[in-house]
Amino acid sequence: MKALVAVKRVVDYNVKVRVKSDGTGVDIANVKMSMNPFDEIAVEEATRLKEKGVVSEIVAVSCGVAQCQETLRTAMAIGADRAILVETDAELQPLAVAKLLKAVVDKEQPQLIILGKQAIDDDCNQTGQMLAALLDRPQGTFASKVEVADGVAVVTREVDGGLETVKLQLPAIVTTDLRLNEPRYVTLPNIMKAKKKPLDVLKPADLGVDVAPRLKTLKVAEPPKRGAGVKVPDVATLVSKLKNEAKVI
Amino acid sequence: MSILVIAEHDHGSLKGATHHTVTAALACGGEVHVLVAGHNAGEAAKQAAQIPGVAKVLHADSAALAEQLAENVAAQVLAVAGSYSHILFPATAHGKNTAPRVAAKLDVAQISDITKVVSADTFERPIYAGNAIATVQSADKVKVITVRTTGFDAAATSGGSAAVESIAAVDDAGSSSFVGREVTKSDRPELTAAKIIVSGGRALGSSDKFNEVLTPLADKLGAALGASRAAVDAGYAPNDWQVGQTGKIVAPQLYIAAGISGAIQHLAGMKDSKVIVAINKDPEAPIFSVADYGLEADLFEAVPELVKSL
Repeated sequence: MKALVAVKRVVDYNVKVRVKSDGTGVDIANVKMSMNPFDEIAVEEATRLKEKGVVSEIVAVSCGVAQCQETLRTAMAIGADRAILVETDAELQPLAVAKLLKAVVDKEQPQLIILGKQAIDDDCNQTGQMLAALLDRPQGTFASKVEVADGVAVVTREVDGGLETVKLQLPAIVTTDLRLNEPRYVTLPNIMKAKKKPLDVLKPADLGVDVAPRLKTLKVAEPPKRGAGVKVPDVATLVSKLKNEAKVI
Repeated sequence: MSILVIAEHDHGSLKGATHHTVTAALACGGEVHVLVAGHNAGEAAKQAAQIPGVAKVLHADSAALAEQLAENVAAQVLAVAGSYSHILFPATAHGKNTAPRVAAKLDVAQISDITKVVSADTFERPIYAGNAIATVQSADKVKVITVRTTGFDAAATSGGSAAVESIAAVDDAGSSSFVGREVTKSDRPELTAAKIIVSGGRALGSSDKFNEVLTPLADKLGAALGASRAAVDAGYAPNDWQVGQTGKIVAPQLYIAAGISGAIQHLAGMKDSKVIVAINKDPEAPIFSVADYGLEADLFEAVPELVKSL
């Protein structure tokens, strides 16, 4: 069975981003970029399924600028067999990415498609669901456990009150939550091997997809700052402050 | 212009998130309808009809909707979507699961987690774990939106008298089925609706210590219990207690962070709390930069002392 994994290049999760002073966006020039953490979990899961003999080939896909090739090389160092970059300098919103991925899925015909549940830059949490809708296939979002056998994926999902398990007919779309697995560290030999794996580059036009953004960002601003707090010396002061000053207890 | 709110409910009653979403819908300025899609969810539909400002409740009843599978609920929403300019879901696990499916089928962008309605087509939403607020404008004919419930007050639960209209339910899509559910039992207030939250981090050291130290404080304050990702990953607390960018977003009156360092991802989930108290041994912990009251102390001594003095 073929698995397809979508990965996104984002600002590293440890970086505290700054809003540009002209309000046009977030300053990401010269900032460390990495693979979106949820996507690492997605690649890891596909790799584990391959190691179990469930999956035979893993294709990693990324959409965006030329530098996304680095992200794809990382995916191949974790375990993906080959990669596809849909290269464009245009701003890509989730609907456009979902359409690009649909076009790739139509070509590749994977049985299992794994994405992260959300990207930590736009915090949208949409692409997997949109792809499932465009393909008219079932979805297992926020997965914390995935079992694949006999044409069916059994997915345990993290929901608000606890956990929920659903059974999906393949092909299906799964989006990963944090606790699905712990991604492995990539080793130097695997990074070297990943350089030799095939990486195809396509353009949105090759796939016949219009990627024009639907939402216009009018401005990006700093969130309101919290007033400076105080340190209290002991518990008694804390209690009296909470009672008399903040009046919350 | 009419606006559809997709109700979140457990069939017998509406979830609080629905009321917050109705407030956001009213801010968009139009006639607000609520869709209750479920199985034997008549009670939830009645409750929706009592929310002031709601003009009509659409009630779809079918076994296919019993487990709220995204495939079927999205199809149900699409069956009525034609006449609405806005479709709003609460930004809960359920809303986030279903809304993008609806948007993609309508070929429109979805706007996630809005915290403010600027005008009928312009909204504010946080990005980069809440470190920036984007104002976005949609040119789509239908705006499909998820609403961050902590960004809007809850609508009143009584005073309205909307008509409940039964609508035809969709057939089961058949590509997915429900297997089971494991609900975390708790007699505490729901995390996202609690007025006070007591939250613990990795410093608690074990699941036993977590309960032993924090439960008495939560009991005393009538608070919900929360946790950082580190505490959840270490198995000290269940997954659905996690507060942060990838867990729950909360904004209580009082948030007490005990043994939580305050990583960006955790702050994203709680920095809109009215008053934040941090109890931490490490004077350099970033949590002190957002705390209104910081106590630099060993939580194993400070928390029991706090319980005693309350």
